[in-house]
Amino acid sequence: MTDETGLNLFQQQEANRRRTIWLVIGFVLFFAWLGFGGDLIYWLSTRDGTPNTYHHTIPWFGLLMTAIGAGIARYGFATGPNKVLWSTGARELTEPATDQERQLVNVVEEMAIAAGLPRPRIWVVPDADPNAFATGLDQAKSHVAVTQGLIDLCSRDELQAVIAHELGHVKNLDVRLMTTLAALVGAVALMHDGMGRLMTSGFRSGRGIAGGGGGSRGGKKGGLGQLVIVLLVLWVITWILAPIISQFLAMAVSRKREYLADAMGAQFTRNPMALATALQKIEAAESPTSTIKRGAAHLCIADPLGRRVNLHEGGLSNLLATHPPMAARIARLKGMAYQRLKAEGQFPAA
Amino acid sequence: MGGSLILLIILVVVVLYGVGAYNGLINLKNQTLNAFKQIDVQLKRRHDLIPNLVNAVKGAMDFERQTLEAVIQARNQAVAAGANAGPAAMKQVGAAENQLSAALSRFNVVVEQYPQLKATANVAQLQEELTSTENRIGFSRQAYNDTATQYNTKQQQFPTNLFAGLAKASLAELWEITDEAERAVPQVDLSMKPKA
Repeated sequence: MTDETGLNLFQQQEANRRRTIWLVIGFVLFFAWLGFGGDLIYWLSTRDGTPNTYHHTIPWFGLLMTAIGAGIARYGFATGPNKVLWSTGARELTEPATDQERQLVNVVEEMAIAAGLPRPRIWVVPDADPNAFATGLDQAKSHVAVTQGLIDLCSRDELQAVIAHELGHVKNLDVRLMTTLAALVGAVALMHDGMGRLMTSGFRSGRGIAGGGGGSRGGKKGGLGQLVIVLLVLWVITWILAPIISQFLAMAVSRKREYLADAMGAQFTRNPMALATALQKIEAAESPTSTIKRGAAHLCIADPLGRRVNLHEGGLSNLLATHPPMAARIARLKGMAYQRLKAEGQFPAA
Repeated sequence: MGGSLILLIILVVVVLYGVGAYNGLINLKNQTLNAFKQIDVQLKRRHDLIPNLVNAVKGAMDFERQTLEAVIQARNQAVAAGANAGPAAMKQVGAAENQLSAALSRFNVVVEQYPQLKATANVAQLQEELTSTENRIGFSRQAYNDTATQYNTKQQQFPTNLFAGLAKASLAELWEITDEAERAVPQVDLSMKPKA
């Protein structure tokens, strides 16, 4: 721990705060485009109508969509952590009943001390596959969740290492950005499903009106008609791509952070080897974590979906993977462990 | 006119930097103090735990009376040392707590030698509590040392050191293992022979 890491931590926190704000702004702007884009197309196609036909002059769609976007962002930001926890079916561990649970609570409290954080709330996900994630909007109100499989599989030291990794995410405020992202990605996916259904039925019933009104004029004003078509295509593409774009965002945001959280975890426990063996165990248990769905995947310590793209780095994986390859993470941790041993003189200089 | 404007801008930048540096130092100072208090909290937790531990194993460990008594004695000394704690007594407290740590680790080794004792649910639970407490103390010291190192580095580095006097910053002492015996590699007797 040097002064440099302290400075980096502060910069990380600031960057995460800033990125969260940009994310929310981008989200609202995206909704505004969906609304105002529709208005523009509608306005262009009704502009030349005779005085007694409908002229779309007030951008109702745009105003409505912006309001909806802002509302969803506000709601998503406020309820993000609860939504994430709810989606995984986690239960809160308040009164530890078994030795295992008592150990988990102890381990979390120990790591909170090491990280200099208030004790997070502890959740257990009823899933046999080992995995863990952290969520929350700030350091004071954070949550750490582990699967039952992780508790069963890991030794005390390994559990400690995994919790330290998660608290690393809490400490540098990764959780704030990633939870907001999860809430917004979820909202987009939900919206897309709902609006997709609405749009297909709307197109079917609306075709009669549009065909009757605009069809004959399209030939006269060729330039304008093309503009409308380009806009329309662009607009529809955005609608179709919305969930994919938000997925890309989730992926890009989370990969680099895993390395950083690994390093912070190793710094809290001073035991990088424990995290390396824990990751090996998580990797070896190949079944996917079925309770954790796509929406919260980027929050987890290991990809719960078990996707093959996470095995490599570069190329397509840089686009599609939410997590860096496990082998690379383990190699880095082993490197840290080797450095430590050498520094302590317990290892013959090779 | 232009010259005085440039001078003014430089002055404002210097003042702004000074405010930032000052606040940074105060922030780190308070964090260091807080981290130090956290060690106290964890030590107190350990003191409260030990009577329970001793009571739980007293009946079953009559033959290891010596080990138990050493733990109780070390605990009482640590409590006494902590009672009149001040900056000056820090060394004393540290020594007493290290004694206690040593006594407890001896106790743990002894418990490991008696599987039937370890199998008792109560003892297993207490052992977990003890492990956790030792970890907490260790981690709170680590957190203190990390914060104090950050604080010390900051107040020595240029140009923050120019504002160290203003912020009444002074070097924080790091927590070290003072007991030579603890620094040494522990000798564990694995002969499994009952002790005389």
